[in-house]
Amino acid sequence: MKKPATRGASTSKFVLLSTSAAMLALAAAAPSHAQSNTPIKIAVIAEAQAVAGSSIPQAAQLAADEINAAGGVDGRKIEIISYDNHSSAAESVRAFQRAATEDHVNAVIASYISEVVLALEPWTGRLKTVMVTPGAASDVITQNIAKDYNNLKYTFHGYSTSTSIADATCDAAKDLLVKDLHLKTAVVMSEDAAWTTPLDAEYLKCLPQIGLKVLDHIRVSPDTTDFTPIYNKIEGEKPDVMITGISHVGVQPTVQWKQQEVPIPMFGISSQATNSSFWQDTNGAVEGILYGAFSGPGVAVTPKTLPFVAAFKKRYGNNPSYCGYTAYDEVYYIADAIKRAGSTEPDKLVDALEKTDYVGTIGRIQFKGKDSPNPHALKIGPDTITGLMLQWQDGKQVNLWPANVANGTLKFPKFVKVGAAD
Amino acid sequence: MLLWQILIDGFAISSLYALGATGFALIFGVSGVLNLSHGALMVTAVVAAWAAGNDLHLGAYAGATVGIAVGFAATIFTYFLIVRPLQETRKIREEEKEIFILTATLLWGIMIQELIAYLYTNNAKTVAPIVQGVVRIAGVRTPANEIFTAVVCWLVIAILWLLVNRTRAGKAVLAASMNPRGVTLLGVELSHVYVAVWAIYGILVGIAGVLLGMFLGVSSYSVGPLTASAFSIVVLGGLGSVSGALIAAYVVGYLETITAYLISPAYRTIPALLLLVVVMYVSPRGLLGRR
Repeated sequence: MKKPATRGASTSKFVLLSTSAAMLALAAAAPSHAQSNTPIKIAVIAEAQAVAGSSIPQAAQLAADEINAAGGVDGRKIEIISYDNHSSAAESVRAFQRAATEDHVNAVIASYISEVVLALEPWTGRLKTVMVTPGAASDVITQNIAKDYNNLKYTFHGYSTSTSIADATCDAAKDLLVKDLHLKTAVVMSEDAAWTTPLDAEYLKCLPQIGLKVLDHIRVSPDTTDFTPIYNKIEGEKPDVMITGISHVGVQPTVQWKQQEVPIPMFGISSQATNSSFWQDTNGAVEGILYGAFSGPGVAVTPKTLPFVAAFKKRYGNNPSYCGYTAYDEVYYIADAIKRAGSTEPDKLVDALEKTDYVGTIGRIQFKGKDSPNPHALKIGPDTITGLMLQWQDGKQVNLWPANVANGTLKFPKFVKVGAAD
Repeated sequence: MLLWQILIDGFAISSLYALGATGFALIFGVSGVLNLSHGALMVTAVVAAWAAGNDLHLGAYAGATVGIAVGFAATIFTYFLIVRPLQETRKIREEEKEIFILTATLLWGIMIQELIAYLYTNNAKTVAPIVQGVVRIAGVRTPANEIFTAVVCWLVIAILWLLVNRTRAGKAVLAASMNPRGVTLLGVELSHVYVAVWAIYGILVGIAGVLLGMFLGVSSYSVGPLTASAFSIVVLGGLGSVSGALIAAYVVGYLETITAYLISPAYRTIPALLLLVVVMYVSPRGLLGRR
């Protein structure tokens, strides 16, 4: 056990599993002794087969290994148990039930899909198991907590809500598009999913406020393979910019945008573009696409950001996706909360998590309180977490906004006609 | 303007459907096999071409060649590993073999799909296009790649037509599709014909897959829809009829394009499926069916 961080995950997991099985047997025999050195178990239920989701278990494991190498939490090791949910809500619920009732985990880190997290949310209350999501965005997750706090207080929203994401996008658009490029009109194009409902509502509200008139609002089916008719329609409306909200789709709209040389810039949320492999996935078609995020390669949001990216890249060979950063932070602040609570008892853990004040890779993590309309949502703002706006340029993700952490300037491929709509 | 847009886009997508469904119709016509791993084989070709470009850093031509080769190899492998043992076994009654092959190819397709998702994630993949840039046709900004797709599809279909109608081996294939027993009486080894047809099918799958990867891109989720679209085109055209499949490919392709442009891209596939239901009621053999 000299170098736990570099050992094969499966063997170490097997060893840990068999050790924990042995410890369970011990616990049954002598319950009074077992408590102090049993591992803290954190379940990771994620889309391990998706580019973005695959970073979740990897980043969580990295954090756990780092914490364990530093002595664990009061001597207790952290054990990550991964479940691949195949992007399915039904499989996630089964995994959650198994994690809580058979594997007896102390907390769950689950999914970047809002539909999945919404399906799991009632189970956090029924099974009294703490869950933090590293990537789902729908505001409904925290709105539900407000409606039924006593039951759903076990759910924490470890990623920004859709509304906050839309606001961050509007703030960036105000500086980059309205002030610098004098753009005046936009079409909102987003995929039809739970997370984009509040996103679009906020887009439609905040875009006119910053001076971008919304000419149309198009919701795209996530099954769409041919985006030609959609781009054709948008082009006919002659907007200066397309404001996007896409996550389940990504490669196809991007590649077809380039292939058809649609002359309108794309700006907004394109979750798949956050992953470093997106350049390869699109054969470079992503050149010039702007996407919002809370973290990015080469952007030192906090002193922890770049060391995390370097460690992740060293171990897994690629940069983490957006939910890799959050999953990594989550393991740390769950461990921190357990340490502060002095217990893994769910209600005490909830109390401790509510008092979280932890500087992670994406900023300073604090949750909104019980009385907020969105309890357990991350606090967003200059003192906690602020958004970034990045652009793919020559195979690299370059941060353009906000100016104090920018490392490049706007640059579009030739076929994009900025502000030349007639 | 919109009319031209629909005509051009519809033509490209229909040509691609035609190429994809031709091979599917051919093996059903000749060997009575409905290969439900069709979509998985196409996706395999795309992912291979993508991986060749990204992992091996090959150029667009070399990548496409790798994709076609892997699509071909996967198809031949499917025939020898899955289909042929079932055709030749004595443990299953003759009349039950079709349903066994149907189930086996379906499961094989799911296995390929899961393997691809496991190894290369379920996110969409696109193949680096051989031709880039756009051309204006009647005022419509058309990607050169779209024209390339349609031209290659028709070239391949024309070569296939010549092969079947103008060569001795091709005529044996044609004869086998009409009367398998008769062909064996003439001294043609039926199993050789099967291998030849699966080889042709493999090349068609590889080319259609790589072109689809360049044009629209696919993910492991596309396995089911691709099989379904080939299946419905072939059923609409008449099972086993290659010319019926060609016509049906254009009917489906244009119906989808018109729906996407005039109604909504979200309802793209619905009218074609409704048409399929209607045709099944009115003429269960499809447009040009023989079986």
